[in-house]
Amino acid sequence: MKVLVPVKRVVDYNVKVRVKSDGTGVDIANVKMSMNPFDEIAVEEAVRLKEAGIASEVIVVSAGVAGCQETLRTAMAIGADRGILIESDADLQPLAVAKLIKAVADKEQPQVVIFGKQAIDDDSNQTGQMFAALQGWPQATFASKVVIADGKATVTREVDGGLETLEMALPAVVTTDLRLNEPRYATLPNIMKAKKKPLETIKPEDLGVDVAPRLKTLKVAEPAKRQAGVKVADVADLVSKLKNEAKVI
Amino acid sequence: MAILVIAEHDNQSLKAATKNAVTAAAKIGGEIHVLVAGSGCANAAAEAAKLAGVAKVKVADAAHYADQTAENVAALVVANAAGYSHIVAPATTNGKNFAPRVAALLDVAQISDIVGVESADTFVRPIYAGNALATVQSADAVKVITVRTTGFEAVAEGGSAAVEAIAAGPDLGKAKLVSRELTKSERPELTAAKIIVSGGRGLGNGENYKTLLEPLADKLGAALGASRAAVDAGFVPNDYQVGQTGKIVAPQLYIAIGISGAIQHLAGMKDSKVIVAINKDPEAPIFQVADYGLVADLFEVVPQLAAAV
Repeated sequence: MKVLVPVKRVVDYNVKVRVKSDGTGVDIANVKMSMNPFDEIAVEEAVRLKEAGIASEVIVVSAGVAGCQETLRTAMAIGADRGILIESDADLQPLAVAKLIKAVADKEQPQVVIFGKQAIDDDSNQTGQMFAALQGWPQATFASKVVIADGKATVTREVDGGLETLEMALPAVVTTDLRLNEPRYATLPNIMKAKKKPLETIKPEDLGVDVAPRLKTLKVAEPAKRQAGVKVADVADLVSKLKNEAKVI
Repeated sequence: MAILVIAEHDNQSLKAATKNAVTAAAKIGGEIHVLVAGSGCANAAAEAAKLAGVAKVKVADAAHYADQTAENVAALVVANAAGYSHIVAPATTNGKNFAPRVAALLDVAQISDIVGVESADTFVRPIYAGNALATVQSADAVKVITVRTTGFEAVAEGGSAAVEAIAAGPDLGKAKLVSRELTKSERPELTAAKIIVSGGRGLGNGENYKTLLEPLADKLGAALGASRAAVDAGFVPNDYQVGQTGKIVAPQLYIAIGISGAIQHLAGMKDSKVIVAINKDPEAPIFQVADYGLVADLFEVVPQLAAAV
């Protein structure tokens, strides 16, 4: 059973982005880029499925600029077997990415595709669900536990009210939440090994997918800044201010 | 132009998030219809009919909508999408689950988590954990939108919309609910609470979280929240998490206790009206957004605070 994991290259989660002064976007020049943290959890889960003898091969795929090769190498250092880069300098939006992944899945025929639930740059939380819809597959989003057995996935999901567990026949889509696993650190030997693993590069045109953006960003602005307030001396001072100044209790 | 709002409900009653989505729909402008997909959901539909500005409530009542599986709900929405320029759902875990499927099946983009409506095709949404606000324009014929509930007031009651039964779609049988473990609480719901008492790693363990925060929350009639660190460490269940990828809240008063204030946490609560931070580290980033900061040992001052309010 093949497992496919789409991974995205994003601004590292520790970087506080700056909005460009001309309002056209955020400044990502010379900023540290990393694998989207939810995708890292997805890669880890897939690799664990392989280590448990459930998956036969873990394929990682990324859509974006040439620099995504690094992201794919990172995924292969965690334990993925090979990578596919769909190289494009275009603004790839979730629907386009879902279609690109569909084209790859049609060729590779994975039984499980594990996405990160959202990318921490555009915070869209769409691609996995869109891919599942395009395939007509079931989905289990925001997963905190995944069990694959007997041609079925049993997935516990983090929902607003608590947890729910779904069962679905494969092939299926899983999207990861934070507590699914803790991704391992790639060791130096594995990083070296990853450099020798196969990485294929293709173009959206090769897959026959129209990636034209549907949403146009008119402007990007800084949100209203919250001013730091005052330090209070003690609990009595705090309670007095909440009652008399802020009038919230 | 007509707008279809997909109701969030638990079959018995309408969830508050639906009311914020209706307000967003009203800002877009057009006749507002609400779709209630459920099982034995007549009461939820009747509640939707009372919302101001709602012209019609469409109800698809069938056993296979009881658990709100994304596959069945999305197929139903798509089957009923004709004639609507906008399909709107609250950006809850449920809305986030099915809405992108709807968009993909209609071959349109989704505009996620909007906090503002500029015009019928232009919306404002946070990106990068709310560190930037993007204004985006959709070129698609149908706009599929999820609404960040804190971005819009809840619509008032006062409507009397017609309730119309619509045909259920087939049960696609793709996913089956095995079990649900929902947190039971007498406290207000986190996303609808006026006051939130929230705890972080500084509390040390789940027992401390309980013994220190619960009495304070009880006194204030507050909901309880937590930072990711507290959830990851197992102090409290996942549904307590406030932040970029957890719940987005904007209460009148947010009391952050033992929370350092990572940007991912701030993303979930910085629109609160008043923020109080209690932390022993004067350099904690939470103080940069707090209206009132108390640099102190939480184990000492939280019981004092509970006694004083």
